[in-house]
Amino acid sequence: MNFISAFAIFFAAIFTNNILLTNYLGMCSFLAVSRKVDTSVGLGLAVTFVMTFTSAINWIVYHFILVPLDLVYLRYIIFIVIIAAFVQLVEMIIERVSDILYASLGIFLPLITVNCSILGVSLFMVIRDYTFVNSIAYGLGSGIGWFLAIIAMAGIREKMDRSKIPNGLEGAGIALIIAGIMAMAFVGFSGILSLS
Amino acid sequence: MSHILIAIFVSGGLFSLLAIIMVIADNTIADYGEVSIIINGDEEIEVEGGKPLLKTLMEEDIFIPSACGGRGSCGLCKVKVNTDIGGYLPTETPWIEEDEQKENIRLSCQIKVKQDLEIKIPEEYLNVKEFETEVINMRDLTHDIKEVTLQLIEPEEIDFRAGQFIQLRVPEYRLTDEPVYRAYSMASSPSNNNKVELEIRYVPEGICTTYVHQHLNEGDRVVINGPYGDFYLRDTEREIIFIAGGSGMAPIKSIITYMAENNIQRKARYFFGARTEKDLFLRDKMKEFEKKLTDFKFVPALSDPEEDSNWEGKTGLITEVVNEYLENGENKEAYLCGSPGMIKACVEILTENGIPENLIFYDEFG
Repeated sequence: MNFISAFAIFFAAIFTNNILLTNYLGMCSFLAVSRKVDTSVGLGLAVTFVMTFTSAINWIVYHFILVPLDLVYLRYIIFIVIIAAFVQLVEMIIERVSDILYASLGIFLPLITVNCSILGVSLFMVIRDYTFVNSIAYGLGSGIGWFLAIIAMAGIREKMDRSKIPNGLEGAGIALIIAGIMAMAFVGFSGILSLS
Repeated sequence: MSHILIAIFVSGGLFSLLAIIMVIADNTIADYGEVSIIINGDEEIEVEGGKPLLKTLMEEDIFIPSACGGRGSCGLCKVKVNTDIGGYLPTETPWIEEDEQKENIRLSCQIKVKQDLEIKIPEEYLNVKEFETEVINMRDLTHDIKEVTLQLIEPEEIDFRAGQFIQLRVPEYRLTDEPVYRAYSMASSPSNNNKVELEIRYVPEGICTTYVHQHLNEGDRVVINGPYGDFYLRDTEREIIFIAGGSGMAPIKSIITYMAENNIQRKARYFFGARTEKDLFLRDKMKEFEKKLTDFKFVPALSDPEEDSNWEGKTGLITEVVNEYLENGENKEAYLCGSPGMIKACVEILTENGIPENLIFYDEFG
């Protein structure tokens, strides 16, 4: 049973409740780094990795420290500091260990320290009262969902380079419109599953 | 009360724990120790590893031109790195062309110094320094060109060749929300090495020119770095053709002052293009040079003289005037400074008249 609910959460986080397209979280790096498919793959992987691990760490800290001590209202500040420290640490390690990994993934890590979707995942996870396994499934699913959305966006924007866009809509303007249309398309999935 | 204490204790404890982890990581994982950088095969410097190359070099007083200050948004701080330091970063590729990639040109603000490096930078950069200066004089040369004199404070002296340029730092103000650097030729002579004179023409909404013309006052502090450029007088016996327009006067004036001071009596003609008489300046100064230098002539040419003026000098486009003067290009070399359009037209005329391209030197500004 547990396994099924984790899988459902994982699947829903990718498609029906995509953190980027239904909650509109993590927009700034989504708009800034989605010009090329190569770079968005790097950023997407970095986000997936960080989301999965921070949701696990934050779950532990929340349930073993904040809840017993009745300090849940501190979660915003604690979560964000943990995310920042984790991202920094991972960046240092990657930079030391592998140049190739650093070039493709590490360079984006500072960008996502302040990515609101990462904090959003940790907050939704406690609001929805997920178990540890479900939280990891939710983190991983949200990461993959974000990854999927940014790659789709980058693919569209690469094609768009060759099309004529009205002056006033160039850059972020048209990107937001596309994100809106993509969000509507993802709403089409919503009948399959829903998260509550 | 105890609840507040617990909250403080828990958050304080968690943050301290994370801080301790970070400090340990910084001193173990991110500690690359002392590394050496060999510059141009001869100079070796010992530096602390782990920081971007641009910053590391700057701390060693080696300035690579950079307009954005190391944020990877200007693409100027290119350096050739001969050591293999891995693939290009996504933050570099927008600025490095494919043929530059083959030559291992890297963006020095993005790559970090993690191992011993061997790099190659233009020799002149080794002489580049950052100067703190004070504006001691500002005067109008024409209705749109100002002469700005800077007194060097720290370091006190600049060592440069007549004709080279510096970069002037424009701080944040109405037109820019980050400091930007713009290049200006020095109009003063290298012998006057504790002052720098610049000639700056006002361009509406130009970030630096607006700053200089509308915000800068005598007594203000300005940061410059330099010198840069290979626009300087070559030591030959050839006849010299100088051609300039507008604030292109600056490096040529520096070169001619240098010639006068060092008694370099080569045959020289200076063609200066302007639209009307009110765009001409420093004519008295040029008369002085004509007295000191026996075979030097200043030839101003107006393309569009006002009808009621009693202008007796040359009229027409500068290219026409130069073309008329040149009979053949034999034993001549040319020094040009002005807008890209002017330079292009002049290079055409000069080569048509037989001056080989390798004897035409120019400083172009957009």
